[in-house]
Amino acid sequence: MNTELLGIAATFLITLVIAIPLGKYLAKVFAGEKVWTDFLSPFENGIYKLSGINPREQMNWKQHMKAMLTINSVWLIYGFFVLLYQDKLPLNPDGNPGMSADLSFNTIISFVVNCNLQHYSGETGVSYLTQHFVLMFLHFTSAATGIASAIVVFKAFRDKTVTSLGNFWEFFVRSITRLLLPLSIIIALILAFSGTPASYKGKDQYVSLQGDTVNVSRGPAAQMIAIKHLGTNGGGWFGANSAHPLENPSYLTNMVEMIAQVIIPVAMVIAFGYFIRRKKLGWIIFGVMTAGLFLLLIPTISSELSGNPSIAKMGISQSTGAMEGKEVRFGPAASAYWSTVTTIISTGSVNSMHDSTMPLTGLWQMLAMMINSFYGGCGVGVLNYLIYLIIAVFISGLMVGRTPEFLGHKVEAREVKIAALITLLSPLLIMAGTALACFVYTDYGHADWAVKPASWLNNPGFHGFSEMLYEMTSSNANNGSGFEGLGDNNIFWNVSTGFVLILGRFLPIIGPVAIAGLLGQKKYIPESAGTLRTDTITFGIMTLAVILVLNALSYFPALALGPLAEYFSMLK
Amino acid sequence: MKKYFFQSLRLTLIMLVLLCVIYPLVVAFIARFSEGKGDGAAILENGKKIGYANIGQSFTRPEYFWGRPSSVGYNAAGSAGSNKGPSNADYLKEVNNRIDSLLKYNPGLKKNEIPADMVTASGSGLDPDISVAGARIQISRVAKARGISAEQLEELVDQATTPPFLNLFGPSRVNVLKLNRSLDNLSR
Repeated sequence: MNTELLGIAATFLITLVIAIPLGKYLAKVFAGEKVWTDFLSPFENGIYKLSGINPREQMNWKQHMKAMLTINSVWLIYGFFVLLYQDKLPLNPDGNPGMSADLSFNTIISFVVNCNLQHYSGETGVSYLTQHFVLMFLHFTSAATGIASAIVVFKAFRDKTVTSLGNFWEFFVRSITRLLLPLSIIIALILAFSGTPASYKGKDQYVSLQGDTVNVSRGPAAQMIAIKHLGTNGGGWFGANSAHPLENPSYLTNMVEMIAQVIIPVAMVIAFGYFIRRKKLGWIIFGVMTAGLFLLLIPTISSELSGNPSIAKMGISQSTGAMEGKEVRFGPAASAYWSTVTTIISTGSVNSMHDSTMPLTGLWQMLAMMINSFYGGCGVGVLNYLIYLIIAVFISGLMVGRTPEFLGHKVEAREVKIAALITLLSPLLIMAGTALACFVYTDYGHADWAVKPASWLNNPGFHGFSEMLYEMTSSNANNGSGFEGLGDNNIFWNVSTGFVLILGRFLPIIGPVAIAGLLGQKKYIPESAGTLRTDTITFGIMTLAVILVLNALSYFPALALGPLAEYFSMLK
Repeated sequence: MKKYFFQSLRLTLIMLVLLCVIYPLVVAFIARFSEGKGDGAAILENGKKIGYANIGQSFTRPEYFWGRPSSVGYNAAGSAGSNKGPSNADYLKEVNNRIDSLLKYNPGLKKNEIPADMVTASGSGLDPDISVAGARIQISRVAKARGISAEQLEELVDQATTPPFLNLFGPSRVNVLKLNRSLDNLSR
């Protein structure tokens, strides 16, 4: 096997070696069992005391969601104004301007919802203060919000019949102190010792070998890059994200960043099985998600390694694969692997430019975000998967003529309705959003706006359509990567994706938590011979089939107009 | 609701101190013991800063090895890829022009020897590396411009080549700045 493929294989194996024990550890942390990090308890108690929180106060699912929404609203308002007035605040060594209202609206929503769509460029659009006190702060807290919400669901399924589901603040604080912060310190130091800047110094200047005077953007980036991956956020320090040689200096750091973004999503699945004392169910879910990963990864790698057919016709050697938008130190194989993991989980950081990947690669990237639950984002991946599970339970129940049950609780009309609505939400937001964008582009192309819609697209034809479809898909999935050729810093895209982002985040969190809360308080029915077992391979395959059928039905037409049409047009 | 609001407010303030003051300062402090003191790894020559090891520079003269095409002209105040789609006709024309100019400035070069990285823009616009093949195809041009033997240049390219990580993972690559510095040192 060549060294590029070997690098991917090693990355995936190391991910599992770290993530599986981490999952078992997380199950213990949130169940309140003894773990070696218990020496942090006095520190956490200090945090609770200063915040006026009693961590032993039990909440039901509605109180959990109220607490979650309250603190998220506080961050929205705080961040909006800090971004707006960043030019008047300290720690702005490069003298960058304040954001426009629509850009600030988009940016703050995007970071609160763990998406990190960036319509600004890191070097020129934000100050060191906003990078850390707004964006990096939200990297931590939005990831902790996702994890804490998932733990509420875990709690609901752990015991036979429950209404009190623990304390939201406790889950939130522990996600940070026991998981995100310690791992971030380690990753940030690996980056800093590999050449990523970590100090607060502003732009530097040098005279190059050929005599050009060049300015270099710098800043305390290592700290932010660590948590942007660990928390599946993806919003980077520099404009080019992890393709930037200071943000991702070597193959080693590339491996570290690829591993960092996948370990928590995998660990959460393992933790689910251990936490609810149904390890087998956890492993089956892990198996389905891993199968999904490979179904997307293998064709992506193959499409990138074969290179651009139009460039091949010019007679150029593409011995390693397609290179437009990629960095030599990573190569096409590691770039393809990255593009798959960053889209199946909701990171959205990039180490190559997705706009320049091959048409079919773009197809797999978008499909990965549409499904959004093969591992999925920090915490929310499990929640998204739960929706598919409920649908699968319901359909299987209908097929064999039994009352659908999940983990000893009857699944009835209300739960199925919630699941169905959440399933329909994604296609609605993506399709309606893209349709609206296309309408404005074609019918109001020369509208008298600051940025004319006709100049949005960086590429003509089918690929231009893909740029708009990708942007809406990425917003709905809270992913944050983009076909960055799209001119997206203007009022239409800032506002429209702002709304897609916020709906695509909170409804898919509240829905699964509500389902779990409702199921958890129902009477427990012991499993019998007549029970439809959900922890079997058969049911795992059933769930995978449901996922594939639902998404194919929802998105095939749109994907056919974009990446598929481009692919076939290049064949001729 | 009111209770949650004040709890949220206080928790947010505490987390701001922990995550945005203490955490980054601790990392910045430890990073002072790294090679570049946490400022990024700058290269000094005779006390003058001539660049960063990880950031590519623009090389256009025939006596230097050239890096990859860049959509920001190697201006490290920003960073970006071209974001050109694979089927974009204008883009493909641009690639064709790059091929022609490589053929023009490197006499004796055949089309099928040109590796893809030399005619496509990098993701960051600051890629410090080219492929080994990308360096090899320039040897005869640089040899002629500098009056150095091709064998000597091949040796320099070998020295500037970084093997795969641990010799196992990822591609080999040539750091263009490192290679060109060793060229300059040779001529001195």
